Amino acid sequence: MNTIAYFKERFDQFQPSEDHGGLDKIREQAFTAFSNMGIPGTKHEEWKYTRVAGLFNKEFQLPADPLTGTITKGQQIEHPLYIYHVTDARSVNILSQPRSLMIVNEQAQVQVVESYSTLGNNESFTNQVMEIIVENAARLEYYKIQNDGSNTNQVSTTHIRQVGKSFTHTVTISLNGGLVRNNLNVILDAKNCEAHLYGLYFQSGQSHIDNHTIVDNIKPNCLSNELYKGILSDSATGVFNGKIFVRQAAQKTNAYQSNKNILLSDSSSVNTKPQLEIFADDVKCTHGCTVGRLNEEGLFYLQSRGISEKTARNLLLSAYASDILEQIKPEALKLYVEKLINHRLEKDLS
Amino acid sequence: MLTIQNLHAGIEGKKILNGINLHIKAGEVHAIMGPNGSGKSTLASVLAGRSDYEVLEGSVEFLGKNLLDLSPEHRAAEGLFLAFQYPVEIPGLNSVNFIKTAVNEIRKYRGEDPLDAVTFLKRMKEKMALVNIEQTLLSRSLNEGFSGGEKKRNEVFQMAMLEPKLAILDETDSGLDIDAIRIVSNGVNKLRRKDNAILVVTHYQRLLDYIVPDFVHVLYNGRIVKSGPKELALELEERGYDFIKNENTVEVA
Repeated sequence: MNTIAYFKERFDQFQPSEDHGGLDKIREQAFTAFSNMGIPGTKHEEWKYTRVAGLFNKEFQLPADPLTGTITKGQQIEHPLYIYHVTDARSVNILSQPRSLMIVNEQAQVQVVESYSTLGNNESFTNQVMEIIVENAARLEYYKIQNDGSNTNQVSTTHIRQVGKSFTHTVTISLNGGLVRNNLNVILDAKNCEAHLYGLYFQSGQSHIDNHTIVDNIKPNCLSNELYKGILSDSATGVFNGKIFVRQAAQKTNAYQSNKNILLSDSSSVNTKPQLEIFADDVKCTHGCTVGRLNEEGLFYLQSRGISEKTARNLLLSAYASDILEQIKPEALKLYVEKLINHRLEKDLS
Repeated sequence: MLTIQNLHAGIEGKKILNGINLHIKAGEVHAIMGPNGSGKSTLASVLAGRSDYEVLEGSVEFLGKNLLDLSPEHRAAEGLFLAFQYPVEIPGLNSVNFIKTAVNEIRKYRGEDPLDAVTFLKRMKEKMALVNIEQTLLSRSLNEGFSGGEKKRNEVFQMAMLEPKLAILDETDSGLDIDAIRIVSNGVNKLRRKDNAILVVTHYQRLLDYIVPDFVHVLYNGRIVKSGPKELALELEERGYDFIKNENTVEVA
């Protein structure tokens, strides 16, 4: 059975018998669009370096559950809202498609943390879509922590639409996994919005990490700042593709983007592509990327003070990661991620 | 303490040191002077163990051990210290954590327990006062955004914390104004003891007004061509390096 037919069969099983006020029709249309497009192959520009089609050579079971939440007007949630994705792959391969919608109402403030765990050693594939609407004077902090096993694969799409003057701050930490593709789309659809996008990926073994981001400036006077940093060892591969659109109406846009990479081995690699598409004439935009090795001069400096080569490497890599970790505002979460990273440094680079 | 015999070394196939002989005893201060390109910094780098330099011939004995067999960190743990001409900026690495790690890694090498937080802090405050460095500087990332003088003061602070047997000061005066040179030199002088030694590598004589050497050696074309008491530095200042160059041209001819 080909992949589309396979999905069609399962899709039909999930279609409810009674009418859901037009939702069913939207689902039908979406499935038709998917049928026409298919699973993207490497000839698809956006998927050139991430071979997602290969994942469907296996049989998957398909559970599904949507999640919706609303942070109501003026509500300020004191503790971070934690969303755990737990996949049970103990007996079969699992394909899950979590679809969530969150609305952060006017003047609301929330910190959201998402993390992923898979039980068992069978293959898992999580195809997630999270959609977040951020209204006027609202503030969203969104943290994604990916630290799952090498048998787990993920396409994780986050759509953020800022529909009023608002503030968003996202940090994506990817420490492990098989194939991980993140699509982070931030649409600045109101004047005076502010969006910060940070990412840290530290991959080893055969893992593959792909961060595709879009910052779409539709309205004037918005600010976006983006910094993604990567460390790749062994045969790990990385992709960064950051697009900034500045629409014609989006005058006085300030948009900054930077991607930095350290390759720790000869067989690790990264493809990085910053892109700017500007249709307005009064904007400030910068973008840039670097790929390099660990700072040899820094390494010698530390060693010359009696610090062993291994400890010196760990100190330099922790220092390199620190400006992203500083962006994790909940202290407990920051400490947790620091611990994960230190553990990885101890384990991987010994 | 340090005995260098017939040391030949180079970098990327280019030979720079052509047979250095030098003997340094505990309690002594030696200065190595020489024109640009004579091999001063190469000598400092080879002694500290910078990996891109290649030793081609000769031996270096440090406190009874073959120095050239040791990794840079083990050289430091044995008591060698290099104050860098260009100290490296490391954003994200806290200066205090860095020096604490260094102190404790060296203690570990020597079979000693790590310093507890209180003892470490006490020692740090003591050394900070000694070399005139402020807490605000050390609470920042290592050397990040430091001025030239601040970087060199941090080098001397690290030297104070690590208590080396032999400290090599590589062009410590470069890029410093006279006030900064005085502050840095005062710090170094306070660290002088009967059981340690200092090797000052410098282009100019002025640093030697503050750190007064027992011996001055002139390096030219990768060899020590002249050695003498501290007055030799004054002669070089007065006559320039040309008379050394001329003398050597004659010798070769």
